[in-house]
Amino acid sequence: MATDTQLDLWEVFIQSKSGQPYIHSGSVHASDVKMAMQNARDIYTRRGEGTSIWVVPSIYISASDPDDSDMLFDPSKDKIYRHPTFYVMPEGAKNI
Amino acid sequence: MTTKEATYNYVIRLGDNALILGHRLSELCSRGPILEEDLALTNIALDMIGRAQALLKYAAELEGKANTEDDIAYRRAEINYHNYLITEQPNGDFANVIARQLFISVYEYLFFSELENSKDETLSAIAKKAIKEVKYHKQHAIDWTLRLGDGTAESHKRLQKALNDLWMYTGELFEMDNIDTYLLHQHIAVDAMALKTKWQSEIDRILTEATLSVPEDTYMQTGSKKGIHTENLGHILSEMQYLQRAYPDAKW
Repeated sequence: MATDTQLDLWEVFIQSKSGQPYIHSGSVHASDVKMAMQNARDIYTRRGEGTSIWVVPSIYISASDPDDSDMLFDPSKDKIYRHPTFYVMPEGAKNI
Repeated sequence: MTTKEATYNYVIRLGDNALILGHRLSELCSRGPILEEDLALTNIALDMIGRAQALLKYAAELEGKANTEDDIAYRRAEINYHNYLITEQPNGDFANVIARQLFISVYEYLFFSELENSKDETLSAIAKKAIKEVKYHKQHAIDWTLRLGDGTAESHKRLQKALNDLWMYTGELFEMDNIDTYLLHQHIAVDAMALKTKWQSEIDRILTEATLSVPEDTYMQTGSKKGIHTENLGHILSEMQYLQRAYPDAKW
């Protein structure tokens, strides 16, 4: 990793409203969890994007290896039967 | 003095505090120590400008001369400004910004908590909105005070110097003149003098925790309620009002 003089890196996840999943918004620099939370609030929720924030030290995020992409993701591409598109949806059913 | 006239003056003072501190903080745009802090400070600046807009709009209403909040902000002379002297002090280094924020936000939290109960409905509504913002400003200032005070020898030294330098402007926050007293009796204004003990003990507690010394009492600067300012306000206004002065009614 390149030398980073701007404190530790944290990943930010924002929940748009109660019940919704937390979605990754980006990252911030901060020296502690409190500063990370404040910086996340100031950068990622200033236009009313969220109602709740998670911050996680970036070092604790494990990412899949891009070289493994073929192995991990290609096999799912031709399994269309995994999509629930063969059912007739009852009228009036929402959010399925 | 009618209640309306007194309220107008009172609202102008509150509006000017927000406007001038907001302008000072906006000068830090692109000059924060790190990108995240740059945004944090400019967010606070925007909260201040928003509050100034609400207050000066109300002042324009009370004045009843068909002026807008922009006329009041951009077409008044220095002597008609009534912001506390501490709000117009230059930013200096980051420690100085934090010291100023600490003194003001601890004060404003106490102040707006009281103003919420004002009999004046507009002021009470503005206070209710402001208190949420100020709570955050205060937390931001306290956290940085602890980090810098209890940080490195250099950060400690700089913050202590800033606190000592700004101390003489804190006495003014608790002054009451005849307008304040008149409106206090009508349950419109806040008893600023009564906030002093709480403010002092909270500042003592924060500075002690941050391993900093509480500045020694000194001669306290005063003047804003009479329109007497440090030389800094003139410099701010010359920049802030330039466009409206050079191109009156400019639109784009």
